[in-house]
Amino acid sequence: MVIEPRQSVSIWRAGLAPVWAILASMAICAVLIAWAGASVPNAYALLIKGAFGSAFAIKETLTRSIPLIFTGLAVSVAFRAKFYNIGAEGQLYAGALAATFFGTGLITLPPALMILLLILTGAIAGGALLIVPVLLKTHLKVDEVVTTLLLNFVVLLLVSYLIEGPWKDPMSLGWPQAASIIDEGVFPLLLEKGRLHLGLIIAILFAILVWLMMRFTVLGYEIRAVGYNAKAAEFAGINVNRTVIITALISGGLAGIAGVSETAGLKGYLTLDLSPGFGYTGIAVAMLAQLNPLAVIPAAIFLSAVYVGSDAMSRAVNIPTYIADVLVGVSVLAVLCSVMLSQYRIRWLK
Amino acid sequence: MAAAPILEFRGVTKRFGALTANDNISLTLNQGEVLALLGENGAGKTTLMNILFGHYQADEGEILVDGEALPPGSTQAAISAGIGMVHQHFTLADNLTVLENITVGTESLWSWRQENQANREKLTRMIEDYGLVVDPDALVSTLSVGERQRVEILKALYRDARILILDEPTAVLTPQEADRLFETLKSITAKGLAVIFISHKLHEILAISTKVAVLRRGSIVGTLATKDAKREQLAELMVGRVVTRPKLSAIKRGAPVLEISDLTTGGGGSSALKNVDLVIHAHEIVGIAGVAGNGQAVLADILSGLIGNFTGSASINGRELAAGDPRSIVASGVGRIPEDRHARGMIGDMEIWENLISEDLRSSEISYGGMVINGDRARERATEQIKEFDVRCEGPEAETKLLSGGNMQKLILSRALSRNPSFILANQPVRGLDEGAIAYVQGRLLEARQAGAAILLISEDLDELMSLTDRIAVIYHGSLSLPEPPGKRSIAEIGLMMAGQTQNKSEELQGVGHGH
Repeated sequence: MVIEPRQSVSIWRAGLAPVWAILASMAICAVLIAWAGASVPNAYALLIKGAFGSAFAIKETLTRSIPLIFTGLAVSVAFRAKFYNIGAEGQLYAGALAATFFGTGLITLPPALMILLLILTGAIAGGALLIVPVLLKTHLKVDEVVTTLLLNFVVLLLVSYLIEGPWKDPMSLGWPQAASIIDEGVFPLLLEKGRLHLGLIIAILFAILVWLMMRFTVLGYEIRAVGYNAKAAEFAGINVNRTVIITALISGGLAGIAGVSETAGLKGYLTLDLSPGFGYTGIAVAMLAQLNPLAVIPAAIFLSAVYVGSDAMSRAVNIPTYIADVLVGVSVLAVLCSVMLSQYRIRWLK
Repeated sequence: MAAAPILEFRGVTKRFGALTANDNISLTLNQGEVLALLGENGAGKTTLMNILFGHYQADEGEILVDGEALPPGSTQAAISAGIGMVHQHFTLADNLTVLENITVGTESLWSWRQENQANREKLTRMIEDYGLVVDPDALVSTLSVGERQRVEILKALYRDARILILDEPTAVLTPQEADRLFETLKSITAKGLAVIFISHKLHEILAISTKVAVLRRGSIVGTLATKDAKREQLAELMVGRVVTRPKLSAIKRGAPVLEISDLTTGGGGSSALKNVDLVIHAHEIVGIAGVAGNGQAVLADILSGLIGNFTGSASINGRELAAGDPRSIVASGVGRIPEDRHARGMIGDMEIWENLISEDLRSSEISYGGMVINGDRARERATEQIKEFDVRCEGPEAETKLLSGGNMQKLILSRALSRNPSFILANQPVRGLDEGAIAYVQGRLLEARQAGAAILLISEDLDELMSLTDRIAVIYHGSLSLPEPPGKRSIAEIGLMMAGQTQNKSEELQGVGHGH
């Protein structure tokens, strides 16, 4: 067996890679579902129905996709510059902390301005969390995967300390949660029923903004150039360290907004289970989207559907919800394989 | 000779997708012969040798050693059949001794002790027999490039190689070291071994080989005895047409453009610059000769703006060089051709037009307020440059990595030259290019000289320096000699200076010829 590079990769082949990957991962997970003793077609039907089967289900899926769009964008910007930010989870909580700090009565502004302020402070907090890791990388060549990952736990412990201690809401009847965001800061609902909120519009807006930035601006050019070939970028006169630092700030900022959106849009207050790993799933979103900011939207909706749908499925046929994690994990692996295979081909020798 | 040839290729064909890298190659090699494989980059020389050595499998055809078919695709089989390969890039462990490097892998992992005494005797005998002088107990890290190559050859011979393949062996050697290698090869073939010598340098092939096979686009276009071969004839066979390289025309040099004085970098080592002085005038090309790693890369990095940490001064047209700032250096009228076009010159994953704006991204021509790229203007300018520099591509939006080396170099040229720079840094501008592209690049540099540019040409090809420069300086351990016109020093003298021997010493050794 030999693996050879293809002479040319058609757009068709490159674009369809994620679709094949999703089909392949569904086939692999079918084995696990059958092993758990359920009917595979039935289970997948329930999964799809759970995610898209009713207006309520669709709204739930879209709501769940909002933080994933933000963290997916955060990861795709960073990875484009080969800055491997694994800390979107921590940056999300940093954004949530900022929203709680400013949004629970410290400042009161009219609703539109209040929401803008929360988004801005959340983005600054998320970006600020990356300052130390990125400076360690640019100046001391410390691996950012380690530093950003470990900061996640530091931030989670800080959140835990704050909502069990100084920030604990006295009205919460003992539950570890912070005070509620004031009414001016809460994201309005988009539809009368359900939980779908303004965050979706903001997320889509940011996806378009990031896409425009990457494609048409000097900064986007520099981020791509540094990621593709830092030595050539340096030769051409691009300040590589400066570009990586700016990229990190943008990435952390986007993840921070995810935290604001979850706190001020969905829950209304900060808890320790604000994010069931949206920061990590953001990596899967970005990979599925092949780091394209616009493709982050469908990728986030797809992964959200998997989680929402498998919740419904597991309730109905008694399969653990962990099947969703397996499906997501397998589909990311399958995407990576299929992206590689779209550029290479396998030839069998006699 | 009645006996079967020691090595025979029969109809060997290898395809990579639509590309036929080797097309029906048939060749024979007898004992005591030196077969030269001559061809441009991409002609299929390396592919053929990789098939012989078992790295690739041929799609068709077979290889016979002593009349018996060699099992395809097995390096182990090739070694035990007596084939030894000396790669262009050495495969030695720096922190082991010569003896350890040579014996590693030849002993069973399960043996109780190393047969050091026996190994040492065998190696010492080989060193004497073949005249490959090197200390068996020296660490490889302390050896010169020429010595390392001898270790590689000894390594192959130690495994009882009878067919020795040398892939571009002289690329890293000074002319004297190359002559010494040729002596070694003669003593090896005198003992009945056969050698395959891969090169694109005609004078070497004429000096060392007994038989030449010329490859072009994967096919053998001629096999002839070296004694009947003429240089021009081989060149034409190799390229497929008559290509004349451009020649320097007489022109009066102008005012000084590049002025470097007392340039020194810290850090020590053989590549740190030591008190370098150099002046290049308008209408002048100054060449720098030297073995890689003697400071020419550091000098190029300073002039490109990649290194800002030095003492001494460098100025262009009387204005101090913007140290460590590539963008300002380019803006002040410097055109740069980097040594490695894939690693530094171009970003393969970007489109052609994007690569062509990388040096003036924030200029008012290319971006609005230095923020938003003017894509229309950038594509328009790229289209003009592609046309002017005759880049063969699908258009400005083609992916850069799909271009051939020659076309990529033309893009780099167009980026560097289209702003009419007053100083051009050309670092190995024709390395790895085919004859047509070499002639084109050299012609463009000469045009720039005609137009008044000052040019610094760093090259490992002494022939290129002799024919293309007004003055040549030699760099050794970070010290730059006084530049002299090419006629004033012979290639042999320059070779000695490249090896660090002073000019006085060179006079007594002048007899050491270069293979012309």
